[in-house]
Amino acid sequence: MSIYRTHILLPVDEGTVQAGVFEIKRRLESELKARKLQKEIKVLESGSVGIVGKGVILSVYPDRIYYFQVKANDIARIIEEHLLKGRIVADLAHAPVAAMAADRTGARVGLTREQRRVVLDKAWTVDPRNINEVLASGGYRALEKIFSDKLSPEQVIEEVKRSGLRGRGGAGFPTGMKWEFTRKAPGAEKYIICNADEGEPGTFKDRLILEGDPHKLIEAMTIAAYAIGAGCGYVYIRGEYGLSIERMQKAIDQAREFNLLGKNILETGFAFQLEIKKGAGAYICGEETALIESLEGKRGNPRLKPPYPVSQGLWQKPTAVNNVETLANIPAIISNGADWFRKIGTDKCPGTKVFTILGHVEYPGLIETDMGTPLREIIFSFGGGIKGGKKFKAALLGGAAGVFLSESLLDVRMDFENLKENKAVLGSGAVLVMNEDTSIVDMLFSIAKFFAHESCGQCAPCRIGTRQILDIVYRIRRGAGKKGDAETLLQLAETMFKSSLCPLGQSLVMPVKSALENFKDEFALAISQSEK
Amino acid sequence: MKREKILKKYDRSADNLLGILHDIQNASSEHYLTDTDLRAVADYLGLAYSFVYGVATFYTMYSLEPRGRYLIRVCQSPPCHLLGSTTISKELIRLLGIGFGETTTDRLFTLEISSCLGVCGVAPAMMVNDQVYGNLTPELIAEVIEGLRREK
Repeated sequence: MSIYRTHILLPVDEGTVQAGVFEIKRRLESELKARKLQKEIKVLESGSVGIVGKGVILSVYPDRIYYFQVKANDIARIIEEHLLKGRIVADLAHAPVAAMAADRTGARVGLTREQRRVVLDKAWTVDPRNINEVLASGGYRALEKIFSDKLSPEQVIEEVKRSGLRGRGGAGFPTGMKWEFTRKAPGAEKYIICNADEGEPGTFKDRLILEGDPHKLIEAMTIAAYAIGAGCGYVYIRGEYGLSIERMQKAIDQAREFNLLGKNILETGFAFQLEIKKGAGAYICGEETALIESLEGKRGNPRLKPPYPVSQGLWQKPTAVNNVETLANIPAIISNGADWFRKIGTDKCPGTKVFTILGHVEYPGLIETDMGTPLREIIFSFGGGIKGGKKFKAALLGGAAGVFLSESLLDVRMDFENLKENKAVLGSGAVLVMNEDTSIVDMLFSIAKFFAHESCGQCAPCRIGTRQILDIVYRIRRGAGKKGDAETLLQLAETMFKSSLCPLGQSLVMPVKSALENFKDEFALAISQSEK
Repeated sequence: MKREKILKKYDRSADNLLGILHDIQNASSEHYLTDTDLRAVADYLGLAYSFVYGVATFYTMYSLEPRGRYLIRVCQSPPCHLLGSTTISKELIRLLGIGFGETTTDRLFTLEISSCLGVCGVAPAMMVNDQVYGNLTPELIAEVIEGLRREK
């Protein structure tokens, strides 16, 4: 293996592919070759760095310099100036990074400032398609530790319980407890499922983990399988995520080849089979029982709970269903210990959280930071503030099944507990920012339309309720609101909350109620103007 | 025969239904499942035809109607809505002369509404077959459509 003085990383995701990253890669390699630099400088593909909408991104290691909007005719200049003469091409470099170059600690890498990366630590520095790189950078070490330290499944569960890790899919249920219930449930046949049916509008964190570090997920699922006593597991990935499926399949194949999956993992006799199941376009399948139905090859109709999947899940056997981000925390917890994990984040919600920052912000994208980071910091520091010097109006937290917050709640700390106290939710970690020109009525209309489309139709409250809410909001939006509309909306949403079969019908109450309460005047005005 | 070959790749286990439907539809140049496909799959897996039909019509990625060579899926979820997907949708309808769920008479384009595509950082976005297009503007759409028309 040769040693290179410099690595050039090209993050590959949907955005950079559209901007022509592969063309840039070919060009880069041929230009390096023409200058006989191919043995000194290596070009690598990595997962997404979390910065989006900036064209092809190219980062130079160990210098930690990021170039945005790289075009084919910039390449010669980057090679001549930066790689040969060591001078940063300032007009292409990401602005905050130019300042960063002085100390070279990398402290400001990311959008505009430091990020603590636990889940996404390797996602943009390692080529996810090359298991050797993954192994060299510490991949599968937690799995190794379990066997070399002879940790029992109970000890693994205990460590996860002590870490305080809570489900990152939105509900925030303690992961260790879920595993314990599954392990203790009667029956010899058990399953572990990774919920990668990421469909919450505004969320793409799981996609970046699947594409950027699929091996971490395999390692985590193998550890989970060992802990709960499962011999077989599934990653259920939504059908639209072509690149995620491709990368994950490649990682599974490589792990099998290296005895990190299969009949005799690390020659310990432990056996675990992992398979991908592809979804086919249904938001409802993100709900765990609907996901299980879909995985069994049926319509994705949710089941009545209880019984919960931990006792009767896939094929009625005890099953642990965990979100991608939740699982991606496991290797770090096992490697570094629960005490280390508890030092990050807040007391009741330890660890980091991946947030997607969207809408009217300067730098839309993805960040990973400590649980409990104030919303203001996420929007203004990481997201660079409101685009075009406009004023902040609202943020929709947690996707469509989320909550509208007004300016008075900008200082809320972003974790399960604090948000709950403020009648909000963390959900999937999506932060959709809206500027002063945004109509909340119009945004609620978009949400209502989404739910009416995605309701599976199995239970009446959700099937009819979503439609009724859409009709009323549509009417208000086109200026035909009536007195009492706001009350009717609330009543409908609350009835759905109480009587719907699954979280889909139950969650529309959150955007409806928060929009009506936090932007009361706007709705009142819209309705009173229609009456004239 | 393409379909028989696809079926043979899979065990006769009901949980393979979604995967089989995906493969058969992907092999179809018109991106859809025929009635004969559904019956063959039902026979192969030992399922009722009505059950297979129920599954094929539940999920938005499957179609029982022939679709154009280019399947355009426009995201209208809240993040894309906020950044102008309504304008984008109107422009596509104008350029192609069809509504959502319809196919152009030259069988080149089908227009569909999609749930969140998970590329919200570049909203508003759409997918044409497997390719994502983000930061859409009416000009960019015209360019993309024009490019695809030329490619035929």
